[in-house]
Amino acid sequence: MSWTDAVVLALLGTGLAFYAAGSLGLLRFPDTASRLHALTKADNLGLGLVALAAALYWGSLAVAAKIALVWLFAVIAAGTTSQLLARRTRLDEARLHEPHPDAADSARDGGPR
Amino acid sequence: MWRVADWFTLAAIFLLLTVAAALVRCWRGPGPVERIMAAQLAGTGVIGVAVVLGTARGDAAFLDAALIGTLLAAVAVTAFVRGTPKPRAKG
Repeated sequence: MSWTDAVVLALLGTGLAFYAAGSLGLLRFPDTASRLHALTKADNLGLGLVALAAALYWGSLAVAAKIALVWLFAVIAAGTTSQLLARRTRLDEARLHEPHPDAADSARDGGPR
Repeated sequence: MWRVADWFTLAAIFLLLTVAAALVRCWRGPGPVERIMAAQLAGTGVIGVAVVLGTARGDAAFLDAALIGTLLAAVAVTAFVRGTPKPRAKG
């Protein structure tokens, strides 16, 4: 096994560990904000490391550029969605603390079917 | 002795297992935000599967699929949030 292969396998293993951490965090963290934190950071770091391992293994600059583009778009998507979901969560929490909640509204959104 | 490509295939299986774990959160909820987050994590996981499988098989077409996946990743969440009812101050 060459040095390159060793580096590729090390990056792959680390990336998979971050993926697992993201899934575990989404499953085990207690509230929405911390789950969002696990989802957007750990997962995209895992994708970045896995993509780096793949780019090294391909050994072609054109393919490496395409893989880098995959990761770039994934990070942009994660930034966008985390902002949107966090704002939605804050709206939900503000609605919970209102003095007279509208029963029809809470039943329409996320209530029991 | 395993080749490096075999480890990439094993990585794809592992990624599918983490996606399956995330789907448990999709099932349990408790709210719609959690469910859409689990869908987002499934999306990131499947993009990883595409990259890793394409590398294992030496097929660059998988990378094009991954690229399309990342381009469309934010669309579902954006549509979900835009469908949220407006805050009470308006009404």
